[in-house]
Amino acid sequence: MKPAPFEYHAPETLADVTSLLAEHGDEAKVLAGGQSLVPMLALRLTRFEHIIDVNRVAELKGVERTNGTLTVKAGTRQAAVEHDANAGAAVPLLAEAIPLIGHFQIRNRGTVGGSIAHADPASELPAVALALDAELEIAGKSGSRKVAASDFFLGTWTTAVGEDEILSAVHFPVWDGNSGFAVEELARRSGDFALAGVVAGVQVDGSGTVTKSAISFLGMAPTPVRARSAEAALTGTNPSADDLLEIARLAVGDTSPTADVHASAEYRLHVGAHLVARALDRALGAARS
Amino acid sequence: MTEHSISITVNGEKRAGHVEARKTLADWLREDCGLTGTHLGCEHGVCGACTVTIDGDAVRSCLVFAVQADGAEVITIEGIGGNDGTLSPVQEAFRQCHGLQCGFCTPGFVVSVTSFLESNPNPSEEEIREGLSGNLCRCTGYQNIVKAVQMAAEEMAPGK
Repeated sequence: MKPAPFEYHAPETLADVTSLLAEHGDEAKVLAGGQSLVPMLALRLTRFEHIIDVNRVAELKGVERTNGTLTVKAGTRQAAVEHDANAGAAVPLLAEAIPLIGHFQIRNRGTVGGSIAHADPASELPAVALALDAELEIAGKSGSRKVAASDFFLGTWTTAVGEDEILSAVHFPVWDGNSGFAVEELARRSGDFALAGVVAGVQVDGSGTVTKSAISFLGMAPTPVRARSAEAALTGTNPSADDLLEIARLAVGDTSPTADVHASAEYRLHVGAHLVARALDRALGAARS
Repeated sequence: MTEHSISITVNGEKRAGHVEARKTLADWLREDCGLTGTHLGCEHGVCGACTVTIDGDAVRSCLVFAVQADGAEVITIEGIGGNDGTLSPVQEAFRQCHGLQCGFCTPGFVVSVTSFLESNPNPSEEEIREGLSGNLCRCTGYQNIVKAVQMAAEEMAPGK
């Protein structure tokens, strides 16, 4: 047995989860899909006195569409959303991003909320949440609150979720009109963490002019980041391929990639810019078709 | 440490036991059930050698604690072939195509491919390679594994 010993809790209601979190605070960790937490426990990169397994909490599972919003309960498996055609139609970025997460065996177990709450800077769903201005619903013993994605990701593996709280649901805005979306990333091998990645969404009017745009990066900073200056430059234009390259160069100016064993910072900037141009080209193609 | 009582149906047979919460399903299958066909390579979710199905979904059994699978139905490599030792179509295709050399990774591949073909019975080569990406093999170079999946898909096609 590789992880350090822990006390195991398997509550069946959200109220019991938040009670346990209130009782144990930073000595407790929520176990959702376990595809990041269990390796970290096995490698003893971390240890907790209490593990709160939320897999038996029915309230944390399911996908609901209401006017203009797709709500994904945090404990919903990534594979369940991947194979939900209605969810993919409502928020095409989920259908674009989820197949890029690990491998199908990982997605069978991993959860949407787990990926976002884990907040690895190279993971896809945090960048999708940020690009779409999703609202993150956080539950605690005294009730729940909603946090904008732009205020949620505080640093690598650090979010606005308090030690006595749990991410309970993600509310993704549904874009209307002529919209198109794309996720582009570069990874050494299929399923690896991306060296750099881009999430893009555009909405165009009848003449093909961009009326709304969203661009975010993964793997290019300690948190997912929005390319707001590039969005501003894109919106209101009918960009050519050359314009897209210009916008892409502007976009990487909002990032701060670091060097590691996999790639230098310069390489990430170079690749990141090309991925922006590629993602915008594909998103615009989808929006105009 | 507290031990937890669990009951898991493994390859159709109900097995009960007591486990520490930190014992993975993979370790429980191997050590407590004696089902050593499930192999452990990396033990942190990278190599795929320990793949089993839980309630029909292929997962890495080193990333699930046995206590979490309480009440579930688990299929391991020992449950893939017939009770009389006959090989499943996927196993037979791996043998025919030389889709294994040392064999260490093979249980994980066979369980993953069996599950993959259930949800995608007529895959393209690109889809096969994507479907295989969660399992590592250090011997074959994958070419013959891809061929084995193609042969298995043909063998399992309706009307065959």
